[in-house]
Parts: sequence; C-alpha cells; structure tokens
Amino acid sequence: MSKTLGTRVKKITEMKLFLPILSLLLVLIINVIKTPNFFNITITNGVFYGYIIDIINRSSELVILAVGMTLVVAASGGADISVGAVSAVSGAVIIFILGGGQTSTDFYHAPYILGIAAAVFVGGLCGVWNGFLVAKMKIQPMVATLILFTAGRGIAQLITGGQILYLRVDHYKGLGGFIPGVPLPTPVFVAILVVGLTYLLLKKTPIGLYIESVGINTKASRLVGLNPVFIQFLSYVYSGLCAGIAGLIITSRVYSIDANNAGLNMELDAILAVALGGNKLFGGKFSLIGSVIGAITIQTLTTTLYAMKVSADQLPVYKAIVVVIIVALQSSELKRMVRNLRAKLMTNTTEKEAA
Amino acid sequence: MKHVKIKMNNHTFLLLITVLLFIAMYLSGILLFGDKNFGRIQVFFNLFISNAGLIVVATGMTMVLITAGIDISVGSVVAMTCMLLAWMMEHKSVSAISALIIVLIVGTAFGFVQGWLISYLNLQPFIITLAGMFFARGMTAVISTEMISIKNEMFLSWANAKFYLPFGGYENKRGDIIFPYIYPSVVLALLVLAAAFILLKYTKFGRSIYAIGGNEQSALLMGLNVRRTKLLTYVINGFLAAFGGFLFALNTCAGFVEQAKGFEMEAIASAVIGGTLLTGGVGNVIGSLFGVLIKGTIESLINFQGTLSSWWTKITIGALLSFFIILQSILAARKQRRRAV
Amino acid sequence: MEQKGNVLLQMRHIDKHFPGVVALLDVDFTLRQGEIHALMGENGAGKSTLIKVLTGVEEFEKGTITLEGIRGTFINRSPQEAQERGISTVYQEVNLCENLSVAENIFIGREPKKNGMIDWKQINRKSEELLNRLDIHIDVTKALENYSLALQQMVAIARAVDISAKVLILDEPTSSLDESEVEKLFDLMRKLKDNGMGIIFVTHFLEQVYEVCDRITVLRNGELVGEFEIDKLPRVQLVAKMMGKDFDDLAKIKHYQEKNDDKEEQGIVEANQIEHIGTIKSFSLNIHAHEVVGLAGLLGSGRSELARALYGADKPDSGILKFNGQVIKVHAPIDAMKAGMGYLPENRKEEGIFADLSVRENIMIALQVKKGMFKLYTKKEQEEFTDRYIDALKIKTADRETPVKQLSGGNQQKVILGRWLLTNPDFLILDEPTRGIDVGTKTEIQKLVLKLASDGKAIMFISSEIEEMLRTCVKMIVLRDREMVGTLNETELSQENIMEMIAGGEERE
Repeated sequence: MSKTLGTRVKKITEMKLFLPILSLLLVLIINVIKTPNFFNITITNGVFYGYIIDIINRSSELVILAVGMTLVVAASGGADISVGAVSAVSGAVIIFILGGGQTSTDFYHAPYILGIAAAVFVGGLCGVWNGFLVAKMKIQPMVATLILFTAGRGIAQLITGGQILYLRVDHYKGLGGFIPGVPLPTPVFVAILVVGLTYLLLKKTPIGLYIESVGINTKASRLVGLNPVFIQFLSYVYSGLCAGIAGLIITSRVYSIDANNAGLNMELDAILAVALGGNKLFGGKFSLIGSVIGAITIQTLTTTLYAMKVSADQLPVYKAIVVVIIVALQSSELKRMVRNLRAKLMTNTTEKEAA
Repeated sequence: MKHVKIKMNNHTFLLLITVLLFIAMYLSGILLFGDKNFGRIQVFFNLFISNAGLIVVATGMTMVLITAGIDISVGSVVAMTCMLLAWMMEHKSVSAISALIIVLIVGTAFGFVQGWLISYLNLQPFIITLAGMFFARGMTAVISTEMISIKNEMFLSWANAKFYLPFGGYENKRGDIIFPYIYPSVVLALLVLAAAFILLKYTKFGRSIYAIGGNEQSALLMGLNVRRTKLLTYVINGFLAAFGGFLFALNTCAGFVEQAKGFEMEAIASAVIGGTLLTGGVGNVIGSLFGVLIKGTIESLINFQGTLSSWWTKITIGALLSFFIILQSILAARKQRRRAV
Repeated sequence: MEQKGNVLLQMRHIDKHFPGVVALLDVDFTLRQGEIHALMGENGAGKSTLIKVLTGVEEFEKGTITLEGIRGTFINRSPQEAQERGISTVYQEVNLCENLSVAENIFIGREPKKNGMIDWKQINRKSEELLNRLDIHIDVTKALENYSLALQQMVAIARAVDISAKVLILDEPTSSLDESEVEKLFDLMRKLKDNGMGIIFVTHFLEQVYEVCDRITVLRNGELVGEFEIDKLPRVQLVAKMMGKDFDDLAKIKHYQEKNDDKEEQGIVEANQIEHIGTIKSFSLNIHAHEVVGLAGLLGSGRSELARALYGADKPDSGILKFNGQVIKVHAPIDAMKAGMGYLPENRKEEGIFADLSVRENIMIALQVKKGMFKLYTKKEQEEFTDRYIDALKIKTADRETPVKQLSGGNQQKVILGRWLLTNPDFLILDEPTRGIDVGTKTEIQKLVLKLASDGKAIMFISSEIEEMLRTCVKMIVLRDREMVGTLNETELSQENIMEMIAGGEERE
C-alpha cells in the first residue's frame, strides 16, 4: 500500500513544474493567512486594484530578466550577473536621449520611438560584449559578466553626468504606469509580450531544442551540426535585450533614472527565479514558464517580507539562503552523501537485527 | 615556431607588463600634475594608505584565484565587518580589541561555510559566493540601515596614528618641514602580504594551492588533500576579508550599507592585472600588490585631474580588467595550439 | 646488484567482478627484474582492470600478489600504498601540474625542508641530478608546460622512479608522441631496465611492442590467453591471439554480394591525403555507391580518427575531399551533413545521445539542424518520423516522449541510428554500431546495412568484430598505429589476410 503511495509522490515531485508551483503556493498561503483580503480585487475608475494586481505589476521587470537569464543558464551553464547594471545603462540611455541630456525637463527632446530603440539596442550591445567574452573567448560566464556588473553602473553614471535625470512627461509614465483606458498596469502587458514572444520563438522555431542540446551535451550537439559557440552567444545577446527592456519599465515607473539604484540586486533575483523555476543551474533542459512562476513567487516573497517590516536592503539575506538551499539540493555530492548515510544506517539496523 | 627563450616565462612576462604599466602611469602622473605636487613622496605613500584594506583583500583573493576558484563576497564582507565593528563599539560598548577579535572570527566562520559548500559539496564557487555577497550585504543592513560613526577612543587613536619618515619632507607655506608619513595599517597590510608570500612559496600548503589550481585531478592523484586545502583557502580568505575590512574601517571610521560596493571587483582586478590567471594555477601576491598600486594610481590621476567624475576609475579598472582577461585567454589559446604541433 | 631475470612481481589467480560483468577470471601475471613486459588486449580484455587491481584503485575478490622484497602476499588499498611498496604508475594523461616547475613536479607532496620552509635549492639540485642520471638534460626551474608532452612524460617517469624503484607501469604512454619522442622514451625505458627495474608497458601499438619489449602477456575477455617471449611470437600470431582466432585452422571466408560488374559505380567519397595532426596520418581512399567498406585494425589504430577526419568532427589539417564528384570544404560536421554524410559516433554516451531529451527529439535533431534555425517540423511530422524508426528498428520505449536516458544502451544506439537514417545520407559512417546490442538485433542491423547499400548508399562500417564486417563489407581498409596501411578488395577478403595486413612485418613463418 505504501509503495504505490510512494511512487505516486515520486511522480508528482518529478513533474517539471513541481518546484515552482509548490513554492508559489507556499508563499501565497502564508500571505492569505496574514492578510485575509489578499486575493481581493477592486475596481476604481476603471482600473483594477489589489495585492495580487500589485504583485503581478511589480514582478514584470523581474519576469523579463528571468526570461533572458533562463536562456543563458540553459545554453551555457552559467549566469549573467550584469543584467541589473545593463538595465541601468539602458535606462540612462533613454532618459538622456528623450530628455536631451537635461537634469529635469517636461517634454520630449527626441522621438519616443528613437529612445526606445536606442535603449533596447544598447542592452543588446552589452549582450554582444558578454556573449563575445563567454562564447568566443571561453571565459567563465560569471567572471565575464562581472565586468559589466561593476563597470556598467559607471557607464550609466557617465551618461547621466552623475545625477538623477528626470523626464516629467506624462506620456513617458505610460509604460511603467497606466495607459488611459486600460484597466491593468502596462508593465504587465510588456512582460506578457516578452514572455509570449520568447515562448513563440521557442515553440515555433527549433531554437529551444538547440539551446537544450547545447546545454545538455556540447560535444554531441556539434556532431549533429550545431554551432554551440553561436547559440551560446545568442543567449547572452537575448539576455542583454531583456535587460534593456527591463530598464525601460524601471525608469518609466519613476520617470527618472538613478544610475545607482536602477535594477539594483535584480541579478540575484533573476538567478533565483530561474532556480526556483526548476531549472538546473548547470544548464540543459529548461522551462520558461517555470522561471516566470519563479519570478512571481519571488516578488510575492518580497512583498511578504516587506509586510514583515524587512527593509529592502535586508531582503537579500533571505534570498541568499534560499539560493544556497536550492543549489545544495541539486548537488550530486549531497545526494551521494545522503545515500551513503542511508546505507550506513541500514547496515547498522540489519546488523542489529542479525544480532 | 616561436622559441620559448624569447618569451621568458609567460607568467613573468605578465608580471613585467604590470610593473611597467605602474611605472608608466605613475611617471605620467608626475609629468602631468607635477605642478600640483604629484611628485611628493606623500602621494606615493597615500597609495598605500588609501588601499591598505584592498591590499589585504587582494592577497586573499589571489590565493582563492590560484585554486581556480573565486570569491565575490569579499566586498560585502568588508562592509559587514565595518558595520559590525561600528555597531559593537558604539551601540554595545564593546572594546575595540574585542570587537576586532569578534569580526575576525565572524569573517573566518563565513569563509568556512562558503569553503565547505564549495569544497565538500562541490558547488560552483561563483554561485555560492554570489549568495554570500548578497547575504553579507543584507546582514550589513540588518545590523543597521543607518550609518554608524565610530567614536570609540581606542579605535580612533589607532586610526589617527602616524609613522613619520625622517626624510623626504617638503617645506610648507609657513616654513615648517612636513615629513611624509604612513599609517600603521599600511605596515600591517604589508606584513600580511609578506606572510602570504612565504606561505605560498615555502610551505606545502601553499604549493598545494598552486597544484590544485593547475590540475586538480593530478593533485588528487599525487596524494594531495584537495578538499582540505580548498576549504582552508576559503577560510583564510574569509579571515583576510575581515581583516581587510578592519583596515578599511580605520580609514572610514564608519559603517554604512553602501560601503565597499564593487570592492570585490577591485580585488579581482588587482589580482588579474598583477598576473593571476583566472583559470588557476598561476599568480603571486607581489603582482597583486602592483595591481592595487595601479588602481590607486588611476584614482590619484583622476583626483588630481579634478574634473573627471570618480566613476571613471571604475570604468578604467573594468577596461583594464577586460584587457588582461582577454590577453590571458589569447595567450592560453596560443599555448594550446603550440603544443598540438 | 639485482639479478636480472629474477621474478619481481607475481599476480596469481586474480578474480574481479563488477556487477553483472566478469572483468578478470583466474588471471596470472609475472614480471621479472630488468624486463620490459607488454600487456595487451582488445576492448574489454581486462588490461586496465588488472593494473587497477595491482595499484589499489580497484578491489578484487580472489588471488594473490607478491613482490620481491616483501614477505608474503599483500593488497594495495590505494595508489599511495602501491607507491610506498614500490609500484608506480605513469598515465597517458601525464598526471602532473603543468603550471609548476619540473623540479617541483618531481617533489610535490614530499618537498625537502630546511628550518620548516621548503628548500628550493635542494629541490632543484636533486631533481637535476635525478634527470641527469636518466640522461635528460633540461632546465628544471622552468614550468612544465614549456616542455613537449614527451618530455613531460619522462618527468612523470622520473618522479615515479624517484619515489619507488621496483615496478614501473606505463599506461599507454606513446599515444600522443611522435616518432622521435617515442625513441627518446624507449631509450629511457631501456636505461631503467638495465638498472634492474621491471616495466609493465600497456599499449596497443604493435610495432612498438616488437621494438622495445622482452615479453608479452595477452588478455582476452578477462582471461589470460598466454605469456610469450617476444622473439618467439610472430606478429601474425599475436594478432590472432588478441582477436581470439586460431590462425592455423581458419577457413577462407568468402562473401559474395550482388553487384553490377559492368557498371562503373559512382564514386561518392574520394579522400585525397587527408590528415589530422596527432590523430591520423595522411590517408587517401575511395568509396562508391552500393559499397560497404569496413575499417579493420586493432584498438587505437586510428579507425575512429579516420572517420572523424572525413566527417569534420576533427577538422583535417590538410587534404582534399570530394563528395559526389564535387570538392567540398569540411570545417565542421554541419558541412559534411549538408553534403550528405551521417556519423554514428563510437561513444554514444558522451557524443551520441542527449540524455535528458526525449526519444523523439533525439531522433529528429539531425534532420532538424539540416533544416536550419527557423523552420520547425510540425508535431505531426515529428511524430510520424519518430514512429517510423521506432517501428523499423524495433526501439523499446514506453513512449515517444520518454527521456532517452531511461532506455537501455542498445535501444539508445538504435535511436541514434534512426536519427541518421532519417536524414537519408548518401554516405553513412557507423562506428561500432552494434556494440552493446543483443545478437538478434545485431543481425538485423547488419541486414539493414546491406539493404541500405543495395539502395545505393555508401557505408563505412567500423567494428572490432571481424566476422560482422566480413558479413557486410565488400572492401576492407586496414589501419595500424594511426596509419592506413592497405586495402583489401572483395576477392582478398578473409580473416587471414586482414590479420596479416594488420600485423605487417616481414615474418610469415
């Protein structure tokens, strides 16, 4: 009787989306207990409000970053820790261009489209740099992306002249806030767009298959005709583009760019989202939806911690612990140690029984 | 086929570039800003004074890098150390000496946890120390989200102590001779450096570090205790991060959340520019010292220039780091090809 | 002075099992002082297991080991123990640290000290003396990486010799060396031999064995075939023993295949002096449509390497390849694939399967890559293709979507085979396609190969089992020691001829 239950449990735990869904449920339950009206949604002036709406809104940037990070991890078994800094750079670019370089202005100095294009392009450019270092020069991903992680904010500071630049144009707030007449905040739609686009790309073209192949077995992927260097390079460019888009949203929310704080600490969140999504951090098979759920879970967790009076600066402590636990659980060494321990315990009991 | 003799040693070659680079930069400083008194001996000493903490941290980082590992948590550990010191002395009335001992223990324990996860559970150093970085930075905020100034008398007396040199002085406007000085922190930093040098060159443990970084598999087969050596390296590094944090605190006399941001990259850059290979097996602390001096010189140059934003320092360091990393990668690729012939 | 010819090491009645597999069965091995003793055998013969058992890397169930100078029998529990007893091993991959100096590599882990600190002067002096005694004169303070692989190996040997001086095991030491380097190594080995050392030379290079060894022990399928003195064993006999053939009463096996004698067959693969430095010497060959060409040779003779050079898995350093009459440049496998080649690799676990991907994805991948980056095959097409080969090759799987790592080794092999058949190549390279597959399926695959040939394809068939190649091939290319040494066409095909060509040499007594 217990055997079938055991195998059933095993089957459920081995489902692809088990970890992310479980984590999300856990966090949601904790929130409902603390705040009974957690799931309430109200409409005021044709716009939705509520805790849930807020969480989904605020998780948009993270979802977008997690999408890029998922591909990077899957293809190269490494992480891109420059995404926070790159989003700051892209934010600096668009505010600078649209604001004409002024510290504070209330009209566009350049076409909106130009700003958007430039910011996303710069994000992609950073991705090209990272991809070049990792895929072509074969430098460890985290070291290569460490360079932009530190220098990136410097570059952003240069663009902004070391100050916070304000773009007090109502139109600009649309991206980070509300478009008149639309009941949900715009970032949600941007996130849906990015996720949707990526999902289509992965499902309608063989790229998803290629990324997984390269991540699982680079040697074999070469023998079936793939070019692992190119595929890994592309994944970093994509991550850069995502960071560029995230920068748009971040700056739009506050119609300004603060090069020191834009996208701060988001790289750890993105990695955590990917790990929580059930994706192995050493690469291979991946689940985009898993990462998305993971990102939303983290945002929910952040909200919960804020509610418990944990300040923004203190959050990383909890997240760091979670990362370590997840990574440790994925470790084959740990599994081996547990197996040895169990074997030892078993031989002890059988010896006792024999005695 | 290029003969090895001309290249001397690849590693000495890289070190030579570093030393020459430093000399070139410093000389250009004297040329450009001689009128602003760049040529004074104190300017040279200030390089050491401002960067005593970095010298210690870079030393630890060098050791970790040689094992082909990495530790990007050191900046946050420095911040945590400063905050902890400040908090203990100001809010809990702990004596300066006790506070120092406590932070050293904390740093060592931190290094132990990271080292154990990396060495015994075989987890990627980057992920673990990335988590460590966020953990320590967060803990800094947990201790206090607001800045704490250190007012402890004993501590301040340490911070203000100066050793004067009996020569090399200049005459100031009032006609007094001002002699150049260094802080005791510099002496301590250089002592740490010397100890590390001896450890790496003259002890079995030190040589094991090089062996493991060069070829971990071979090291294992040769009978070296790889796990224990790696663990010990991270433990020492944690201790040095805390000690470097202490020296850092002597300079700033305060603890605040944003402190030492990007410090880890400065440490890594110093080591890499000093000739330490990211792939492991090669590196020496003297080179890292010069790497620190180069960073200090760049900062001084920018300071003296006056109009450039201080962010240029970070960008220049980033550019230099990129240059050296790419150079290392090219040299390594060339070596592979040479051997295949 | 040690007596030459005295028994130095004796292993008796060694048994070793792995779960489900007998690795060694009642194996004896004797090594004498002052001799170089070759240990040979094909895949799965047990050579490396015997060495691992001797040096304490593996345990064993039954048997005794004795060493001159040690009372009674002993068991080594680790390589360190083996070293302490006087048995050292130098591996093919020179297990030293290239970043350290020559001197340091020799002394690492046992550095002489002065006042608690490492005494570098002594290290440098002692290692220079040691190397000089072995006729090696190099700068010991330079990092090991500055020296050629051959020299690095000699440093490894010097270290082994210094640590313990009785038995030296050299495990495939010459695989990456060129001829002059091999000579230098042999000089060193002869010098050590003259000093009374016993050397076990594990190798598959036939010529080298005859050049430097005194005795040979041959293993096959975990059992001892015999111990022989080198001058009493003609090459052909050695080859026969390694392959398990009794040379004297072999009947000539002739194989006839339907063939159009009057039609000049279309040449599909024309290789002209293709070489990949370090793995396969310059070779030229021709393969036509309807032909199944076998590659015969001992383990390590370069068969897989030749295939890889043709396919672009190892980009050739020189030579011209013509495919279907056109000159093509093959820089990477994709070029070969686009021209119409397929390649089933020898090591399916490391280079064949994508363990976590499904059966469907593993089968589709090559065809999909050929189609490009943008157009994905529809679900229906994928399912159809997958089912086609699951049926045709009788692949045992619960589902199309089962991760391929859950399939048995034989079924995994079939999946990879299906992958390439799906791309409908003009030229298919099969490297050990029936390894690890049950007998019934082996025959199926051989029949499939014949059918593909009669349909017009060109096939290269590499196998360690000569019978199955004889059953399917009309032509045999023979390799020895990383070089193509000859071709046997249909009328010349026989086990005798093959083995003679592999063996080479002059004797035919």
